[in-house]
Amino acid sequence: MRKCSLNLLDTIFAKITAEAKLYLPVDGENGAEYKVWEPGVQYSNSLNTVRSAKDFFFPQTENLIEFKVTGKQIDVIDVRNEHEDFVIFGVRACDAASFDILDRVFLSEPVDSYYANRRAHGVVMTMACTRPVETCFCSTFDIDAANPAGDITCWKTEDSIYFRANSEKGAALLAKLDGITEECDDSSVTAQQEKTRQIMSKLPLANLTTEKFGGGKTKDFFNAPEWKELSQACLGCGTCTFVCPTCQCYDIKDYDTGNGVIRFRCWDSCMYSDFTRMAHGNSRNSQVERFRQRFMHKLVYFPENNEGIFGCVGCGRCLAKCPISMNIVKVMKTIGEK
Amino acid sequence: MQKITRSDLINKAKELFANGTVNRVLGWKAGEFAYDVTPAVFNSIEDMEKNFVFGDFCNANFSKYLIAETGKSAEKVLVFLKPCDTYSFNQLLTEHRFAREKVYAVGIPCEGMLDIGKIKNLAGDGILEIISGENAVTVKTLYDDDKTLNYADIMVERCLSCKSKKHVAYDELIGEEGDVIDSNRFDEVERIEKMTSDERFAFWQSQLSKCIRCNACRDICPACTCEKCVFDNPKSSVNNKAISDSFEEKMFHIIRAFHVAGRCTDCGECSRVCPQGIPLHLLNRKFIKDINSFYGDYQAGEEEGSRAPLINYTFDDLEPGEAVGRGE
Repeated sequence: MRKCSLNLLDTIFAKITAEAKLYLPVDGENGAEYKVWEPGVQYSNSLNTVRSAKDFFFPQTENLIEFKVTGKQIDVIDVRNEHEDFVIFGVRACDAASFDILDRVFLSEPVDSYYANRRAHGVVMTMACTRPVETCFCSTFDIDAANPAGDITCWKTEDSIYFRANSEKGAALLAKLDGITEECDDSSVTAQQEKTRQIMSKLPLANLTTEKFGGGKTKDFFNAPEWKELSQACLGCGTCTFVCPTCQCYDIKDYDTGNGVIRFRCWDSCMYSDFTRMAHGNSRNSQVERFRQRFMHKLVYFPENNEGIFGCVGCGRCLAKCPISMNIVKVMKTIGEK
Repeated sequence: MQKITRSDLINKAKELFANGTVNRVLGWKAGEFAYDVTPAVFNSIEDMEKNFVFGDFCNANFSKYLIAETGKSAEKVLVFLKPCDTYSFNQLLTEHRFAREKVYAVGIPCEGMLDIGKIKNLAGDGILEIISGENAVTVKTLYDDDKTLNYADIMVERCLSCKSKKHVAYDELIGEEGDVIDSNRFDEVERIEKMTSDERFAFWQSQLSKCIRCNACRDICPACTCEKCVFDNPKSSVNNKAISDSFEEKMFHIIRAFHVAGRCTDCGECSRVCPQGIPLHLLNRKFIKDINSFYGDYQAGEEEGSRAPLINYTFDDLEPGEAVGRGE
């Protein structure tokens, strides 16, 4: 484990920036969001960013390929731009865990090379939580807020910042900071972790459990009458899916440029009426079905296909942002209590 | 703090259930925390006594829900309407969007609702309890000392420039009736009007570029009641989930503002639900302000069946040319 004084944080950021573009949470008028670091940019003290860190690997919209038509000739233009090295600093344990979930989708055969390239070029530096809030429930999914994953894990105490490399990529970057950091033991970190875990165990959602859910439970919940009541106020907007760090559905579309086509993909939402629309029409015609799909996917279908891993990391963004305050916690409590 | 209480509303519902006026209630359901209230249908008094809540976080405007709700049953549904909700209610009736005879509307007074985002910013991390007092709330948090916050500092933006405490539609009122307020709601519009066109463009570009096209603004909007929105229609060629470039999302919000022009009652739900904090209501308010100055004061929803100036031609109407060139 390495450490340095908190006063040297900007020196650390400058050193990283010399290697690759560095993104970190910065306070804005609507909460924290990831911004590029440059001298003068202040690292946010907020617990988390409004939008999740999935944007770095799976952006809301990206151009895949372009076709240009000149007379009878069609040129295929490579518009890919996912080969730039970058570092994300300050990712929380929940968002770091979401990358494992996204990896299972995008890195299984056939590998999504756009996503894979971004993963290969990105270094994730996580920051352990010390002040989780009432909407946090990462522990429900066995995520340790005090010991986040990522290529490098960081802990911030009152006067110091501690670093631990978890991967080759992380070790390589951390080695570049050797002139600023020094070797240390982990006693301060252990003490902080103990304190954070204590707080986590006392949060209002600390007792929320997944024990009723998982693979093979489709029949237990699919026809539950509770779906109707849970979904009755749902607006069918895409807020929950778009702020969610694990929602990974997308659509591919062609944009007519007048003399060709830009083929792009963009986030899609199972809450939308034309989601997975096929030649025969839509497979889920009512909001009850669409609502059920989102939660069944996270709590039953995803674990069924992924060794029991749930499709939620308990970040609490949907709890904070749903216009009608319906969310996965209310669903788990209502459906799970049957 | 609200002047009427949860039990006032439950007692009213009890009476209306008992005399057979209604068979269900559209109301607010308590959540996990002090603030995450969800709109819900209650089918019995027992259900209400268990889950119904009324307080400073009952923001939801139920008017739009009546479209779906009145289609479900021949029986009447009881709905509680705050003053601003009644304007949406009337506007929807003007547009023949739900069956009035299937609704029993109880007007309830409103002292303004609270914004949990503002409370979190001021009180600190980990909200455990919010206790409403006469002029302030006390907030208990996980890490900091209890904080006392004044209502004026934590009210939802729309309530800070409330246009009316008067109900314009109801079958029955609970509590004291209020008045139309000479509010400050156009102040911010005037501030933006005074900008140069470059500044104004920069302002809207910085705001609208935050849009994630979740459509929450459209889906909550009581004026957006098309059965199939053009932006959801794959055959429309303008349907788009992406923010494929910044032009795209600017068009979305401006087209939407045009579509609800003259029909928007300024209920403020669009800005309240925006997860990105975009002040969308300012687009609508600009239209309202212009309609007022071009055609005389008009408040959508104030009167059921009123004809909005934009769809009501008169010989005295302003010539289109007179509006051109403003803001140069």
